[in-house]
Amino acid sequence: MLKIKDLHASVEGKEILKGVNLTVRPGEVHAIMGPNGSGKSTLSSVLTGHPAFTVTGGEVEFYGKDLLALSPEDRAHEGLFLSFQYPVEIPGVSMVNFMRAAVNEKRRYHGQEPLSASDFLKLMREKRAVVQLDNKLASRAVNEGFSGGEKKRNEIFQMAMLEPRLSILDETDSGLDIDALRIVASGVNQLKSKDNATIVITHYQRLLDYIKPDFVHILYKGRIVMSAGPELALELEEKGYDWIKEMHNSSAE
Amino acid sequence: MNEKDKNKKNQQPNEIIHEAVGEEYKYGFVTDIETSVIPKGLNEDIVRQISALKHEPDWLLEFRLKAFAHWQTLKQPTWGHVNLPEIDYQDISYYAAPKQKTDRPGEIDPELQRTFDKLGIPLEERMALSGMAVDAIVDSVSVRTTYSERLAELGIIFCSISEAVRDYPDLVRRYLGTVVPYTDNFYAALNSAVFSDGSFVYIPKGVRCPMELSSYFRINAAQTGQFERTLIVADDDAYVSYLEGCTAPMRDENQLHAAIVEIIVEDRAEVKYSTVQNWYPGDKEGRGGIYNLVTKRGLCRGDHSKLSWTQVETGSAITWKYPSCILKGEGSVGEFYSVALTRNYQMADTGTKMIHLGRNSRSTIVSKGISAGHSENSYRGLVRVAPKATGCRNYTQCDSLLLSDTSGAHTFPVIEVGNDSSVVEHEATTSKINEDQIFYCNQRGISTEDAVGLIVNGYAKEVMAKLPMEFAVEAQKLLSVSLEGSVG
Repeated sequence: MLKIKDLHASVEGKEILKGVNLTVRPGEVHAIMGPNGSGKSTLSSVLTGHPAFTVTGGEVEFYGKDLLALSPEDRAHEGLFLSFQYPVEIPGVSMVNFMRAAVNEKRRYHGQEPLSASDFLKLMREKRAVVQLDNKLASRAVNEGFSGGEKKRNEIFQMAMLEPRLSILDETDSGLDIDALRIVASGVNQLKSKDNATIVITHYQRLLDYIKPDFVHILYKGRIVMSAGPELALELEEKGYDWIKEMHNSSAE
Repeated sequence: MNEKDKNKKNQQPNEIIHEAVGEEYKYGFVTDIETSVIPKGLNEDIVRQISALKHEPDWLLEFRLKAFAHWQTLKQPTWGHVNLPEIDYQDISYYAAPKQKTDRPGEIDPELQRTFDKLGIPLEERMALSGMAVDAIVDSVSVRTTYSERLAELGIIFCSISEAVRDYPDLVRRYLGTVVPYTDNFYAALNSAVFSDGSFVYIPKGVRCPMELSSYFRINAAQTGQFERTLIVADDDAYVSYLEGCTAPMRDENQLHAAIVEIIVEDRAEVKYSTVQNWYPGDKEGRGGIYNLVTKRGLCRGDHSKLSWTQVETGSAITWKYPSCILKGEGSVGEFYSVALTRNYQMADTGTKMIHLGRNSRSTIVSKGISAGHSENSYRGLVRVAPKATGCRNYTQCDSLLLSDTSGAHTFPVIEVGNDSSVVEHEATTSKINEDQIFYCNQRGISTEDAVGLIVNGYAKEVMAKLPMEFAVEAQKLLSVSLEGSVG
């Protein structure tokens, strides 16, 4: 579904991604790990079309379409979802209004009628259960006054509402205590199917105990320097990133 | 990033939006109806002519002439943070009345009926929305007032001010000019000399008005000014909610709307006054549009009386407007909730005055300014607590949201507290619409225009919540529509 070929991108004139290659097929879970500043969050921003990033080379194909040519909202309509590392607050805009706009825009893009108010509220109720999101949170303004854990649960709730084909979870585990982590991971697992795929961006093995990856990639200095099975994450947990850095730096010189 | 990329980055959201700028002012059409217009110019004879056209009593003519004499001694004020050109007051016609093809009372010309249908204003009583009485004013005259008879059964008077002068001269004479004297300011003097129509409301003692009363002001004729005069009196223990809406055709020339609204609130009475102001704002280059220069003031004369102003201001090329409360009664309450949105080259200088004269009087001010394009948006406010008015409270919250780098947001608050048992609080914030908020919405499939609409409506929610239900929905749509093409 997703083919990234030699992707280069920069922000404020500084090149961050220096030739990323990655292929994701339906049903797969990919973990992208790597030390701070290696370009993990840049990759998710570039894929979703954040205007602060400039693509300077390469291509990305999503279900046969040129992803980079689509507007951010059309990428969303095509089924790309990002669970933000730092979800923003939108004061005064209720979650209900926000989600209704999101769901109905997607339906319109696919030539479907908007959901009736009662069907929509039913859907909200159903999906809230996936991450045990309180009804009170759902009626509050988007992320306003939410705790760190509530914000992340709210991201997965939105993912459940929008039923994406490819979800990118950007450090969804950061700032979560163990209970919240379990709820979030269980939500992600419930949404998993043979037709959709997940990219999990994380520093730590911890999340991967709950969301089992099929592939683990190490992103370092803007390139994927190593790809392997889930055992690679365990190795990283044990040995840290220094050996990767050493290996990469010596081979590069 | 090179210069080109930087531009690309900055323009991306703009470009998406600029494509959608197509949204035109929806109410800019002209009604094709024969209109009798008096010649342009302003002098004593014109003032006499207006009074004669309206068959007014001598005392009112005298009032007008005194106001006119006073006006001649004044100069157009320049203190507002707006770029108001020197207006040629001799180049305006001061009275324009559409000629109705019917003169049966209670009937309206079919052409005007169609106009109000197009504006979405119900003038047919049986078809009207859930009980909203309307006074419809085109140019200088009221063309129809609905539900007058039904309201009269409760002793409520709701009619045009011209009819009130004819039918209830004593009431009008007792109150007219008592809150805004003709000496108040330049435009107040001008209005007092040449005012044509507006609404008159009287709610007798102990009566709660069972429906929303509303006035709809429509400018139709070219090269005329509209000089609205509205007077609302709520007697002891009375209650009324009053709504005001305004639109005008699109024209390259500027037109003047100089209004006076006076409100008197007696013991324990309450008046809610809501405005959705959508006068033609001019085009994208700043050509044309209404100059909206109005004096609105209420006197909370009675103990524990309450006056609440709510305004959503999206129209007019220039707005100069400070709906105020004189809190004379003990424990009286004044409120001002405002959303003012300016875009393109609009300029708005708006705010309120809360004058605390009565002990333990309270006031709340919530002002939300939104500026886009090349517009200038100012809040100007005065909170004054008289030395003898002990135990007063004021809370002011004054927020500005900037949608572009080329627009301006300004605040000019003045606070004067004459005793130390009163508490006055002032909070102010300025923020710029956040690219990350827009991207968050984009990522969820919401376009930039819709995202801005959502964010701005969220920002203005506190004020919108104060509007009556039917109005709130309209006002929300208006905010979103007005914003298309505004970010950048």
